[in-house]
Amino acid sequence: MSRLRGLILTTTILVVFATAAYAQRGADGELRMLYWQAPSVLNPFLSGGTKDIHAAAFVIEPLARYDDNANMVPALAAEIPTVENGGVAADLKSVTWKLRKGVTWSDGTPFTAADVAFTAAYCMHPDGGCNAAPRFENVAAVEAVDDHTVRISFKVAMPFPYGPFVGSTCPVIQKKQFEGCLGAKAPECTAQNFGPIGTGAFKVKEFRPNDVVRYEMNERYRNPDQPAFASVLVKGGGDAVSAARAVLETGEFDYAWNLQVEPEILAAMEKAGKGKVVSAFGTLVERLIVQLTNPDPALGDKRSTYQDGKNPHPFLSDPAVRRALSLAIDRNILVEAGYGQAGRVTCNILPAPPAYASTANDWCKTQDVAAANKLLDEAGWVRGSDGIRARDGVRLSILYQTSTNSVRQGTQALIKQMWRQIGVETELKNISASVFFGSDPASPDTYQKFYADIQMYANQFNGTDPQAYMQGWLCKEIPGPDNQWIGNNMPRYCDAEYEKLAAELAKTAGIEKRAAIAKRLNDMLMDYGALIPLVHRGEVGAHALSLGGVRINAWDALQWNINEWHRRK
Amino acid sequence: MSRYVARRLLFAVPTLLVISFIVFALLDLAPSDPTAQLPLTIPPETRQAIRESLGLGQPFHIRYLKWLDQFLVNEPLNLLERMWGIEIGDSAGRLRVRSWATRAPVVDLIASRLPQTLTVVGISYIVAILIAVPVGVYSACRQYSIFDQAGTFVTMVGFSVPTFFTGTVLIVVFSVWLDWFPSIYDTTHRVTDLESLLVQVRQMVMPVMVLGLFNAAQLSRFTRSSVLENLNQDYVRTARAKGVAERGVILVHVLRNSLIPVVTVIALGLPTTFAGAIITEQIFRINGVGQLLIGAIEGGDIPTVQTVTFIFAVLIVAFNLVADVLYGVLDPRIRYD
Amino acid sequence: MIDGSTDPAPQGPQHRPPARGVWQQFRRHKGAVAGAAVFALMALGVLLGAAVYGVDPQYLDYLSRNQGISLAHPMGTDNLGRDTLARVLAGGQISLAVGVAAMVLSLTLGTFVGVMAGFFRRLDGPLMRFTDLFLALPVLPLLLVGIMLFRDPLRAALGPEAGIFILIVAVIGLTSWMQTARLVRGEVLAVKEREFVIAARGVGAAPRYIILRHVLPNALSPITVAATLGIANAIITESALSFLGLGFPSDFPTWGRLLFDGVPFLEIAPARVLWPGLAISLTVLSVNYMGDGLRDALDPRVRRH
Repeated sequence: MSRLRGLILTTTILVVFATAAYAQRGADGELRMLYWQAPSVLNPFLSGGTKDIHAAAFVIEPLARYDDNANMVPALAAEIPTVENGGVAADLKSVTWKLRKGVTWSDGTPFTAADVAFTAAYCMHPDGGCNAAPRFENVAAVEAVDDHTVRISFKVAMPFPYGPFVGSTCPVIQKKQFEGCLGAKAPECTAQNFGPIGTGAFKVKEFRPNDVVRYEMNERYRNPDQPAFASVLVKGGGDAVSAARAVLETGEFDYAWNLQVEPEILAAMEKAGKGKVVSAFGTLVERLIVQLTNPDPALGDKRSTYQDGKNPHPFLSDPAVRRALSLAIDRNILVEAGYGQAGRVTCNILPAPPAYASTANDWCKTQDVAAANKLLDEAGWVRGSDGIRARDGVRLSILYQTSTNSVRQGTQALIKQMWRQIGVETELKNISASVFFGSDPASPDTYQKFYADIQMYANQFNGTDPQAYMQGWLCKEIPGPDNQWIGNNMPRYCDAEYEKLAAELAKTAGIEKRAAIAKRLNDMLMDYGALIPLVHRGEVGAHALSLGGVRINAWDALQWNINEWHRRK
Repeated sequence: MSRYVARRLLFAVPTLLVISFIVFALLDLAPSDPTAQLPLTIPPETRQAIRESLGLGQPFHIRYLKWLDQFLVNEPLNLLERMWGIEIGDSAGRLRVRSWATRAPVVDLIASRLPQTLTVVGISYIVAILIAVPVGVYSACRQYSIFDQAGTFVTMVGFSVPTFFTGTVLIVVFSVWLDWFPSIYDTTHRVTDLESLLVQVRQMVMPVMVLGLFNAAQLSRFTRSSVLENLNQDYVRTARAKGVAERGVILVHVLRNSLIPVVTVIALGLPTTFAGAIITEQIFRINGVGQLLIGAIEGGDIPTVQTVTFIFAVLIVAFNLVADVLYGVLDPRIRYD
Repeated sequence: MIDGSTDPAPQGPQHRPPARGVWQQFRRHKGAVAGAAVFALMALGVLLGAAVYGVDPQYLDYLSRNQGISLAHPMGTDNLGRDTLARVLAGGQISLAVGVAAMVLSLTLGTFVGVMAGFFRRLDGPLMRFTDLFLALPVLPLLLVGIMLFRDPLRAALGPEAGIFILIVAVIGLTSWMQTARLVRGEVLAVKEREFVIAARGVGAAPRYIILRHVLPNALSPITVAATLGIANAIITESALSFLGLGFPSDFPTWGRLLFDGVPFLEIAPARVLWPGLAISLTVLSVNYMGDGLRDALDPRVRRH
């Protein structure tokens, strides 16, 4: 690519003339990034997903963010409020943030506490359709105490009060710009949603939804020698494989985001010597969900619904079967075939942060077909002439569904063969992601309806606190016709003990105590076998060898340290 | 003929209304969900609130009538305002058709996508016609010659190998190995001088080749078979017997009469240059109307899908009318009244 | 024309050649015979080949994945260690069946609509507007609605394989007949004003007779081309369907799917895309030559000696 060569040439010339290139704002020319899912809006509160949050993170910032080791670091805040420094009230019902002084928006106006209070009002408006609304769930009020102090008070005691304004999913927007965009007017503010004014290292220059975003450096950025890049191009569209190719093989781009492709493809491309594949691990776990209620179509309305335990699954209600299914899986092969360096074997639904990861379930790390077969034999499941086990006329025949994605279909095929070894028959089904993860109550193919015996997908939680995540398996979270199939408890697990422990977690303060409870919750789910964790998945990307400063981060947006990115000399 | 055209145009209005209604109903029935692409960390209750804020809580007929009003009344008014710089009524309060995924007016999105779609897909179509018609005619005149056999082979392979395959092969060969052409299309590139024109040509070579080959394959088969059919007609024998030169026979008599299927295929193909070529746009990241449409379908973005589809329907109806008129021109014996 | 000169007196265009004559014409057409032979060989090959070869196309031999051509795996293996030859053979059964069935459905529907619209002026408007509607319908949402409404009932009634086969054939057939319909209509509009049709009408022949005897044989050339292109289209569309989750289960190989899945591995294991691509091209080529022969044989004016 002669364009790129020209670019590199210009960059080198700039470097030669710059006395201290590393410390010179805008000295490194253009940064070119590929997002195969293109950003569609730059207001993360109205966004369609991670890609939009990333695209906005160049520009707007939260009060605090997570670094690549899951530590909270101040961004627009001067420090992280804690009980010790008096920022968090002793009764855990309010938190006071001290803001960094001397920060200005890219239009030159000063950043103040009023902007923070306005952002809360914007997102908490009932008609706004703000997707960060759950962060403000227990918030009673957000007030500007003075220009550089904000107090957030909660309706209940919050042992972990860092929901609002922490992480790139909940940044601060400018009051002056968005004042006219409250509530139902939010979507009509196209100019604002396409070009938010921010405090970050870059500002939006041009935005073509679902195609290209161009940024240029923010001259008013608070660190005078940053950013190193004068401009950024984020190009969208295409697929992950060709995105990897454009960075690793042709060198047209500097960074490719989210490369969920078979590892050998990336490894082969990496050999071209132009770039490097990087990954980071957060809390994302690829898991099997076990259907504990009966999904038989003959049941009509009662299909896949929880009836106080009176509608059990014909064979998955047997603990021996659930345990055997997990034992029969060789997770190392799943990782090797589908994830490579972007995956690790896990036996927990809560795999991180390290303090929260249990070791009680490590039996699942090694495949044990013999033990699985023995369990099933003892439980009375006898192999028929076709090799498939049955008991009292019930065959171990599983319908296994997931979303369409070549890695997932590979995993499905591998697991089908592993289960075949213990006399379990599997029919595979894949559903387009827009249908599977959709929530059309009329569609039979959603993950909430779960009209199958086993389903597979990946899930995680925001930030580092698992409370809301672990509360997903409460009885009231079971989806069903009564709540329009809205709920997080896909396996339809319901256990009084679990409820009690989860309620305790909501009241407990202190990392160690909270971690101990969260681990016990995880172990209860694992012992019961309501979910079968497969792979702890990392975020994976590729960057050009000439790109420096990248610290891929699974706890926050990739752009959390974009101000430090530079061209390697 | 003009009475026929007038009647057809009049009939087109209810046809298009019916099409728009059926498409809207279809999209409403389809199980896609605008919140399906949000991260799973966003809880179901919030998703429900987002859906409500998009207006999905309203009954079906209200949403349909709203779309009709926004697209058929408000958008044309906006266009008039912009063209003449005047203000008609309450222009600030007039609601436009907004995409759910980007929250931007759909018409603006389409307008920003059209240049790349029309350049790449349009040019590839012209290339296809320029290759296919001569090749088809020549193949037919020299049926079973080496040229014909080779042409048959190339076109059939060209059609049976899908564009997702040819596109990737071209990228691997010409971008990775040879480093001749960029693998990614830059939609923001502006042609201002000779050098930038060269850049534009270089980035268009591969997509135009992929699409052109595919379309040319199909078109040349129809041309060849139609010319073959006509070569044996009585009037050709008569013309030959009368001593008309072979070239004249082919160009004047045969070609004209052979064009009916060719016109049909082209008329069906031209509206698709607006709708874009989904797979080719995806492979080379051309991000035209096709990519807009596929993204909207996957994201359950009903207003965008509905609007793009409706404009597409208008083009289909229009071009099929043009084809019917052309039939009459090509073969005066065809009468509609 | 290479050999049209031996018999200058044309046979009357009014008559369709008798079946035996057609066969004799077809047999004389070298390309057609070769095409038919290749097609029959492929059909036989995928039917018997799978049984003879005897390797389970779904079996994962994980330790020998991404392998090239070898004695154990004559066409190599994929990234999970499945044998490509076994998959090409098994996939051929489905792809050929889907291709032919969907093509026949789409052709029948398209020809019927086209002839009706072209021949009967009163039907022209409604039928062509109906065609416009189908042309304008966005295919993807249509498919999603189709899956939602019919997958489970068909699966319950006919079992997972037969049910999905019918669904796929129906979906491809119902979304690809429009071009044929418009092509046939255009031809019929022209043919129906020719002398022999007017003459036949003049002597009071029934429309059905005129259509079958005069109109259809003379509109055959676009139909044969549409048939050839239709098979390729159906085989490729099937792969797109299985990608959407509408097709056969993901571990069920088909040619289109093998090609689609293989493309990302183009640089690692080129053999993976070569074989299914070759199989599809060969099928389409053979059908094309058969179509050519059939067209020539049925064309009342061409008589080869």
